[in-house]
Amino acid sequence: MSETITHNQMEHIHTEHVHRDDFGAKIGMWLFLFTELLLFGGLFLLYMAYRLQYSHEFHIGARELNIGIGTFNTIILLTSSMTMALSIAAMQRSRKGLSLFLLASTIALAFGFLVNKFFEWSAKFGHGLYPGSETLLGKPRGEYLFYGMYYAMTGLHAIHVIIGMIILTFMFVFIVRNSITSTNYIKLENSGLYWHLVDLIWIFLFPLFYLMR
Amino acid sequence: MENEHSEKHHAVGYGTYVLIWLVLVGLTVTTVSISGINLGNIALAVALLIAAMKSAFVINIFMHIKFEDKIFKVFIAVALMTLLSVFVLTAFDVFFR
Repeated sequence: MSETITHNQMEHIHTEHVHRDDFGAKIGMWLFLFTELLLFGGLFLLYMAYRLQYSHEFHIGARELNIGIGTFNTIILLTSSMTMALSIAAMQRSRKGLSLFLLASTIALAFGFLVNKFFEWSAKFGHGLYPGSETLLGKPRGEYLFYGMYYAMTGLHAIHVIIGMIILTFMFVFIVRNSITSTNYIKLENSGLYWHLVDLIWIFLFPLFYLMR
Repeated sequence: MENEHSEKHHAVGYGTYVLIWLVLVGLTVTTVSISGINLGNIALAVALLIAAMKSAFVINIFMHIKFEDKIFKVFIAVALMTLLSVFVLTAFDVFFR
């Protein structure tokens, strides 16, 4: 009897080991990222169609955007992508403390991005430039559409930044509780992939909205 | 298999990430500076080219795709080509309407 239990326990340990499929988890994460690509791809497609139709109005609309804040936020996100990658590298080298510090830096940078976005949007709202405002409705259709795309796309991106921060906070707790270790860090890797996607989307949003002069 | 995988991961050191970050910041400064020059019709093409270069660095190094199995590269290539063809077809549709 006791032998059977030992055998079962052994088998349990064995199956638990076999059942961990990091490769499959990563493929699954990428498939999810492709759905995100479709979500934003649709908006980029609409942006292109409107821009082709209202090229002049789009240029006028873009002049109102603050290139300084845009550039600063781009560098913040690029830096957060680096700290994210470094956090995984530290975990692979069993440096838990360093990994936690880098992950916390990533979350802090994400928060900084949102703070900038808050001030940027507040300034726009202060000038009466928000969806459905009288100022905006009085403008030509092309400019109205430009701001519509601007708020929809950077807004959806900001929601992704917030979700990313929540996911990364969970990863921080997992590392503290040793649920993520130097030999089992696929959760951290997949969260990193999500974070890099948020950065990738911004890489395209930035020139398309801010750098049209 | 597992050892092989972790060995591949170890190939990317801290220095590589910092170097790629410097390149990405450099490209950002470049694209902002270029946008100040009036390039006319090719301005958008140049901006998108720089954005594509930045993306390639993020996907290959930060997202590890350069060091992953071939299947990931095939998946991404198919996804991006599909997206690109939809964009090209829509652009033609809008242009010649």
